[in-house]
Formats: sequence, structure tokens, C-alpha cells
Amino acid sequence: MERYFDEELAGLKNDILRMGGLVENAIIDSVDGLKRLSIPAAEKVIVMDKAIDEFELKIDETCLDLLALRQPVALDLRFITMAMKISTDLERMADLAVDIAQRVLELAGQPLLKPLEDIPALTELSQQMIRDVLDAFVKEDVALAKSVILRDTEADALRDAVQSELINEYISKNTSTIPRAVPLLLIARHLERICDHATNIAEDIIYMVEAKVVKHHSEKLRDEH
Amino acid sequence: MDKQIRMKAENVDFYYGKTHALKKINMDIYANQVTAIIGPSGCGKSTFIRLLNRMNELIPHSIFSGRVFLDCNNIFSPVVDPVEIRRRIGMVFQKPNPFPKSIFENIAYGLQVNGIKDKSFIEHKVVESLKKAALWAEVEKRLHASALALSGGQQQRLCIARALAVEPEVILFDEPCASLDPISTAKIEELILELKKSYTIVIVTHNMQQAARVSDYTAFFLLGELIEFDKTQNIFTAPKDKRTEAYITGRFG
Repeated sequence: MERYFDEELAGLKNDILRMGGLVENAIIDSVDGLKRLSIPAAEKVIVMDKAIDEFELKIDETCLDLLALRQPVALDLRFITMAMKISTDLERMADLAVDIAQRVLELAGQPLLKPLEDIPALTELSQQMIRDVLDAFVKEDVALAKSVILRDTEADALRDAVQSELINEYISKNTSTIPRAVPLLLIARHLERICDHATNIAEDIIYMVEAKVVKHHSEKLRDEH
Repeated sequence: MDKQIRMKAENVDFYYGKTHALKKINMDIYANQVTAIIGPSGCGKSTFIRLLNRMNELIPHSIFSGRVFLDCNNIFSPVVDPVEIRRRIGMVFQKPNPFPKSIFENIAYGLQVNGIKDKSFIEHKVVESLKKAALWAEVEKRLHASALALSGGQQQRLCIARALAVEPEVILFDEPCASLDPISTAKIEELILELKKSYTIVIVTHNMQQAARVSDYTAFFLLGELIEFDKTQNIFTAPKDKRTEAYITGRFG
């Protein structure tokens, strides 16, 4: 039987995707700002964050209304409750893009400490993870969601590589590099946190589709792999 | 609330003998929206919906005061014909009440009573009404079978088709799913959501979840008073009155 409720659920899904698209752009713009040390690019990310915050509020309100008015059960219930959690993760990701933009503002006006290597790789990875996790959400693709979770260790490794290089090669050898090294160190951490949020979303998608809890058990997924 | 108002109750009081069943009710009913009326037994909700097409006049020893408008016309004005009002404002009851006649005749009857004799027009209307009531596919091959052979849910959709045949503007539903199973209930609810595109709908229901699912506006009645009227969304997520909150969360009494 066709249900009017399905149209409402499709609208909710659409909002999550649109919000996800804005978050993806915020991250691209923040790192673009870093590559070019561009103040306008960084400021754009900070301004755009308002639209993302509004999406989060709108999605939360829709979810509350649907819970109260439609009394969802089973897949419908899992979809709506996970949509609430996903919008929270997306909003945090956007906040991290703002954090990156603020680091760019700190760095602007002076030459970069060193050519960027691992940070662009980490950016590429985080973008791919977001794109895939949104795709997994649309297609309810558990295998793709799992692949996102498995990539989280790569993000950790890249962040560690950035940290140890900056600490061992610059900060510990010459403390005057600290003002230019610390923002880079933080950016690597922000990007890695973005990947963590993509991982959270992937876990929520698996719960949504299969009603299986994989949170805090990612080692099991790795073993399966 | 910038929606167009289709019906309006103004200072409506109603007594059954000495019992004051409705107390100064003021309420708007918006066009092409579903308005649900909820409240505990005896709160006046059925009394109120029956006033909306002058069914209360059939109750002995009752006293009514106030005004009820359909668009700009007071339906209780002495110059208004109650039969015409009940054509424009149809009603579907709690228990499906088809006539002990064929499916076809059940729908044709209302048209014939309204003086329509053109056979091909009547046939056209029967088919159209059954389609609008989402019953056509199930009965098209047995239009001349007895309506009493249909299931409860089908009988209820037949009653809806019968109401639609005379081209009403407003449809009143008084507990339309009270005697139906969950699947038949879901079908009626989907039908109500479809019908609101063309009609204005008022539904009285004991089932709060049903009010939440199908309505755009909800009115909460208690002891003959209209306690709260708002968008359904607001009533079920953040009601303003403590009594509404207590009732919808099941903390009542």
C-alpha cells in the first residue's frame, strides 16, 4: 500500500543529503583556503556555517514531528532516529571545517612552514569518506558504509604522520616554528575528527538498514574483512 | 494561520435537557485541511461534529444557541434547508451503515433522493465515487451484489463513496475506524489524506494516534469546553495547556 508517510520520509532523506552536500563543500573550501592561504576562502566557510546550522534545526524538528505524529516502528523508526544522529554528526563536521578555516586565518600572511603532503592526502580521504557515507545513506548500502568505517584507521595514521613530522622535524628543533606548526597540527586533528564523524554516520547507516549495532565494535568489521 | 476558513463555530452552546454539553465553543475549520477532534468520552466531541450538519435537530429536548457558518452562511438560519446542508456537509459514521441494497444502489440512492434521474449520469457518478473512495478495484465486477456482503472496511469505504456521490464540500467522520481492523484503518486513513485535496474534513476520534497521523489541526475538548485548538504538530509536540498534555500523554485523571 502506498503511504503518504513515505513522501515525508523522502523529504527528510533529501534534507540530509542537501545538508551533507553543504558540509562536503565547507570542508573542500576550508582546505582550499589552506592551500592558497586565502582569507576570503576561510571567511566563506565561516559564513556558510549558518546555513548548515539551520539545516540541523530543520531536520531535528522534522524528526520530532514524525516521531510524535506518525508513531514510526521498525525501519521507519530506525531511519528517523538515525537521521537525527546523522544531522548532529554533519553539523559537527561543519564546525570542524570552521575550525580549519580559523587556523587558516591564523596562518595567512606568512609563508607555510613546509609544503603540504599528508594534509592534502588526509583531506582527500575525508572527502571520499563523506561522499561514500552519503552515498551509502541514499542507497542503504551496508557494504559501502563498512568500507567507510574501515578507512578510519588510515585517517588516524595520516594524522599521526603529520604530528610526528611537525613535532620531531620542526617544533623540537626550533621553537620559533611553533606559531606556524601548531595550526597545521590542529588542522590534521580536525580532519581526522571529520573522518571520525563520517565513521559514526556509517555505523548509524548499518543500524538503520540491518538493525545491527556495530558501534564500538569496529574490530569485528575488520576481522570480517 | 492564513488558511482559508471553510466553517466557523461561533459561541456554540448545547444542552441535552439540563446537561450543558457544549460551552461557548468558538472554532474555525480550514478548507482542504483535516481537523481532528479529540477528548475523553463525554467531552462533547460527537455532539459538536453533529452540530456541523444540523444532525442535533433530530435529538429531542435539546437546546442549541450560537452560530455555525459554512463559508459566510449561518447554517442554522431559518431560511436554510437542512437537507441541502447535509448534502453539502456529508457524514460518515462509526459503524458502517450501508443500506441493505446492492453496492450500486447504495451510491445511486443519494442522487435519486436529490432528484437526479439521468441513468448514464448516475452510472458515471457511481463509478467516480467508488474510485475516489479507493473501492472500485475491489467491487467493479460485483456492483449489483449486496453491500452487506462486503467486509467492514469495504462497507466503510462504500459509505464514504455514498457521501462523495452527492458532491459535498465538507465531510464529517465520526469515529470512522472504531470498528475496523488495523489494515482497514490504515486504508481509511490514507483515503482521508487523499480526500483532503478536494474536500474539507473533520474527524472525531478516540484514537489520539489516529488524530496525529491524519490531521492538520487538532481540537481538544474536555467537559464540553474547547481547551486547545492548534496545528496538530504543536498539539502533539508542545501543547500549551497542561490538560491537553495530560490527556495526550495518557496521564489523565
